[in-house]
Amino acid sequence: MSLKYTVEHEWVRPEGPLACVGITHHAQDALGDVVFVDLPEVGSHFDQGAVAGVVESVKAAADVYMPISGTVTDINEALRDDPSLANTDPLGAGWFFKVEASAPAQIDALMDEAAYAALIGQ
Amino acid sequence: MSDNPLLKTPLHGLHLSLGARMVPFAGYDMPVQYPAGLMAEHKHTRAAAGLFDVSHMGQIRLVGTEAARALETLIPMDVMGLGLHQQRYGLLLNEQGGIIDDLMFVNRGDDLLLIVNGACKVNDLAHIQAQIGLRCQVIPLHEQALLALQGPKACHALARLMPGVSSLVFMTGNSFTWQGQNLYITRSGYTGEDGFEISVHQAAASPLAQALLAQDDVAPIGLGARNSLRLEAGLCLYGQDIDVHTTPVEAGLNWAIQKIRRTNGDRAGGFPGAEHVLNQLDGRTPVQHRRVGLKALDRVPVREHIELQSMDGQRVGEVTSGLLGPSIDAPIAMAYVDTAQATLGQQLNAIVRGKTVPMAVVAMPFVPNRYHRGPK
Repeated sequence: MSLKYTVEHEWVRPEGPLACVGITHHAQDALGDVVFVDLPEVGSHFDQGAVAGVVESVKAAADVYMPISGTVTDINEALRDDPSLANTDPLGAGWFFKVEASAPAQIDALMDEAAYAALIGQ
Repeated sequence: MSDNPLLKTPLHGLHLSLGARMVPFAGYDMPVQYPAGLMAEHKHTRAAAGLFDVSHMGQIRLVGTEAARALETLIPMDVMGLGLHQQRYGLLLNEQGGIIDDLMFVNRGDDLLLIVNGACKVNDLAHIQAQIGLRCQVIPLHEQALLALQGPKACHALARLMPGVSSLVFMTGNSFTWQGQNLYITRSGYTGEDGFEISVHQAAASPLAQALLAQDDVAPIGLGARNSLRLEAGLCLYGQDIDVHTTPVEAGLNWAIQKIRRTNGDRAGGFPGAEHVLNQLDGRTPVQHRRVGLKALDRVPVREHIELQSMDGQRVGEVTSGLLGPSIDAPIAMAYVDTAQATLGQQLNAIVRGKTVPMAVVAMPFVPNRYHRGPK
């Protein structure tokens, strides 16, 4: 299934009943070398747009926003141990967390690939 | 400032051709990083040699027989006793003893050359002109660029172009000629590494930078790595770690005030804020807070403005600079904390997004400096 995107530069990949979330290639490029991630606790609930995590490079810190309302079911422990995965494989091994959506229709309303490419000027 | 177009250094075109990411800094369009990225640039400087464009900084000549004596009325340093081609770190103070700017100055024989911060240079020039402009000529060198070459291979790389530079030792300078251009080079810098700062006419700046970058050991380094390098070296960033609200004593810069300007020295006092600064230095006035180095015990970056608490939850200070130090691979910071907490080994808690991150007061520099002090 193709990715959906937010204006805050997160991507969302529907995986059955869950949605996997990470930061975009554009976001990791703007941040530079990622040295730290703060991930939400499994079981915690967030409304769409709430701050669910933090990603930091040497020069900057950025909030990671929850793209859709839901409950966190899984976090990427490997990313916590090696935050550079967010740079080297942002759409794959550098995923942040998985969410069980409480309003799955919110996913459909996010930007598609073409809309996100237009947003970042590509 | 926001209405004014950004200024460009003589290396602006070179930065663009090298693929730099440009940001506004001190009114200039400056490279924050090149394609290699901050981390790689930082490590390259510690391992080989990094080339920095610091042409945004101000270069000011003071000329005249009274210049050294006049400058001593603005800074608490020994200027008159500075030998030919010797360089020193200095602090422009206001009447409260607060720091207007920090600078480097070198005695070139026929003048004193001052290097001041880019963001402060307009005010510095006006201040110096107003205070001592009748006692010496105050001449801004708008046509001069400034390059820094830093790292363990800096000397080898620069000596390929100008063999004489290897005879310089830390905090000394001299004139050199390269392709018919006069350069003034000091063995100094702001990374904690051995290295040089090169004052060069704007017309020769880009050819010189390219001649250095043509060597395998030399890579271009942006402002991002300049910041992480200076923090690991325990060096203050003006506007963050020191400003008009901090005195030299609060900032832990006592070493920069030579004995001759202190109480009972031959030229004691006689600089702005002298009474307050010397009272603090002599312990007659208590010092409320002091700048310290901190290292986090968890791997959580602790950035500027983050609150620091004592172990019993009292607010005792605030971080002024902080990041994950690429060379020591741990979060480090500078902060001002209450004097009672400003002792080595003191444990504090940083409050990061509502969570406590344990930190300890540690000695600076965080990474040992490797200045070339010459044979002793």
